[in-house]
Amino acid sequence: MKPRRDRTGLAALAPFLWLGLFFLFPFLLVAKLSLSDTALAIPPYTPRIDWAAGLAGLRTFFAALDFEAYARLPADRLYVVAYLSSLKFAAISTVILLLLGYPLAYAMARCTPSVRQALLMAVILPFWTSFLIRVYALIGILKPEGLLNTALRMVGLGPVNILNTESAIYVGLVYAYLPFMVLPLYAVLERQQHDLLEAAADLGCTPLNAFWRVTFPLSLPGVAAGALLCFIPMVGEFVIPDLLGGSSTLMLGKTIWTEFFANRDWPAASAVAIALLFTLVVPIVLYQRQQAKLMEAGR
Amino acid sequence: MTERSRPRLNIGAVRSTFAPWADPAAKPLVRFENVVKRFDGDTAVGGVSLDIYPGEFFALLGPSGCGKTTLMRLLAGFETPDSGRVTLAGEDLAGKRPHERPVNMMFQSYALFPHLSVERNIAFGLKQQGMPKDQIADRVTEMLALVRLEGLARRKPHQLSGGQRQRVALARAIAPRPMMLLLDEPLAALDKKLREETQFELMALQQQLGMTFLIVTHDQEEAMVTADRIAVMRSGKIVQIGRPADVYEAPNSRYVADFIGDVNIFEGKTEFADGTTVRMASGEAPGGFDIIEDDLLEVGSTAWLAVRPEKIEVHLDEPPAGPNRMAGKIADIGYLGDWTTYLVELDSGRTIRAARANATRFVDRPVDWDDQVWLTFARDAGVVLTQ
Repeated sequence: MKPRRDRTGLAALAPFLWLGLFFLFPFLLVAKLSLSDTALAIPPYTPRIDWAAGLAGLRTFFAALDFEAYARLPADRLYVVAYLSSLKFAAISTVILLLLGYPLAYAMARCTPSVRQALLMAVILPFWTSFLIRVYALIGILKPEGLLNTALRMVGLGPVNILNTESAIYVGLVYAYLPFMVLPLYAVLERQQHDLLEAAADLGCTPLNAFWRVTFPLSLPGVAAGALLCFIPMVGEFVIPDLLGGSSTLMLGKTIWTEFFANRDWPAASAVAIALLFTLVVPIVLYQRQQAKLMEAGR
Repeated sequence: MTERSRPRLNIGAVRSTFAPWADPAAKPLVRFENVVKRFDGDTAVGGVSLDIYPGEFFALLGPSGCGKTTLMRLLAGFETPDSGRVTLAGEDLAGKRPHERPVNMMFQSYALFPHLSVERNIAFGLKQQGMPKDQIADRVTEMLALVRLEGLARRKPHQLSGGQRQRVALARAIAPRPMMLLLDEPLAALDKKLREETQFELMALQQQLGMTFLIVTHDQEEAMVTADRIAVMRSGKIVQIGRPADVYEAPNSRYVADFIGDVNIFEGKTEFADGTTVRMASGEAPGGFDIIEDDLLEVGSTAWLAVRPEKIEVHLDEPPAGPNRMAGKIADIGYLGDWTTYLVELDSGRTIRAARANATRFVDRPVDWDDQVWLTFARDAGVVLTQ
């Protein structure tokens, strides 16, 4: 039995190697950067490890690390505003996504199999074109002389100014993340046993009662999965606010970009990124626990 | 579908004074009137008329696909009849949705709400009725005691065994005190021993509550043990209604005789019938058959004699010649502990099933494979069938 066990051990090592190489190592690099100071140099930060000095070099390196970049975060109103507005954009978009995605997923789960296939395809199909192209297409629709305003003018309305406003960000976020909301919801709704609804009706529930007392509570794991799956990446979203939101909107993704490329303040950008990560750890852990609970229930 | 009347004979070993169906003044609780239900052109229920009386434990028995579950779902409101009427306590159920009907169903899958604890599953219907909280709590406690699930109130369904889930489903269905309880194959998922125990529990529960129970099952034993009356169904129609002993001892067709229990069916020609006795000639028995039978069969007509295995005696020594006697060879022996089943190959080539209760531990001379044997049965052992 022993040799076989050893081989299993090796196989189990593979994912750890992968995570170590592609997650832990880059993460430590960013963490180290966030503890450094800016400098007029290439690369633009200090300290750097003096390998030639050996152990003493390492010691001076660690002594030079500090939390100065983090200390600047709450002090600078820009960061605080970017932080809060990112959370606001993500939270409001998540609510809109739920309100739109739930009925869609519900209809998909309840319709005939052939229609269901078509709807499922329609949800997945946008993934087959480049995300950037779809965002540029949205610009084409939303810009002042775009498709939307042309159409509105034809019926004697408008024009509406959406591009480069917060509304454009909401449109973009909701559009881009809808599949991530619909698919987990669809998955839980689709596998719900029909006889549960019959049992609810038998015990006196109208269809609406049955929805609120049976269907909805049973779909909560899907609601949680969809909400977190959308909320977490939306907080750090960069492309959509950058292309649709114009220069006045502040979101963390854009702030990181600006710090990194425009201000060449790598430690500040890294500190913002790490702070964001730790904020998101809470919902991620919640999501994991939800998934574990689902597994435990054996459903 | 006429119920066979045999005024001079007592059928079966069970004597019951509960027989509202025989009382012309009794009002049925449920009445199916010529109910028809089709699915995509296939007839699931083809013109069923049936009365179920208050306090009855009624069984719909038949093979899968015979329409018994559809008939029950028509009563619960999950299906609507294409024609005919279903009434409950004199009230037409047409247009009433499931949630408006005072009947509750126990589902074959149990359909317990997985997100709710045992107590909240049981309280589900009560809450929907708008019962005050303290009364709900009392009723739930009462139900938990009734199905012996005290202490499991806070468990979730996935933390229960199959038997426990079955009892939660039962408690949930009877908690709102429905006019009638519908049980769709309630014991199908249980193992044999638990099933037998639960059959008796169901009967006791029904007695205790005085509630009308309608059970759908394909298991004839389940129907026989639990029910006051059984309706045997075949392809969407009821072929016989009667007490368990009626359908077993006085089946009205070869189908019913064959579906309920084991049976040997002999084809013969009627030679004599006078309202008390029927004599038949048959290729299987040289002495013919001589049976107590009040049916005045037409002489010369083809009829069938159905004899249950336990009513056939197996002899190793040749009995005197006469009617109801056949000779053959033991082809197979099945020892079941309580019973021994013999498969006897007759001289005609037919194989007959005979059974003997193993009333003693030792026998003088055991029957062996290939033994020459004679089979006999009494004049009141068989039933003459014309269809």
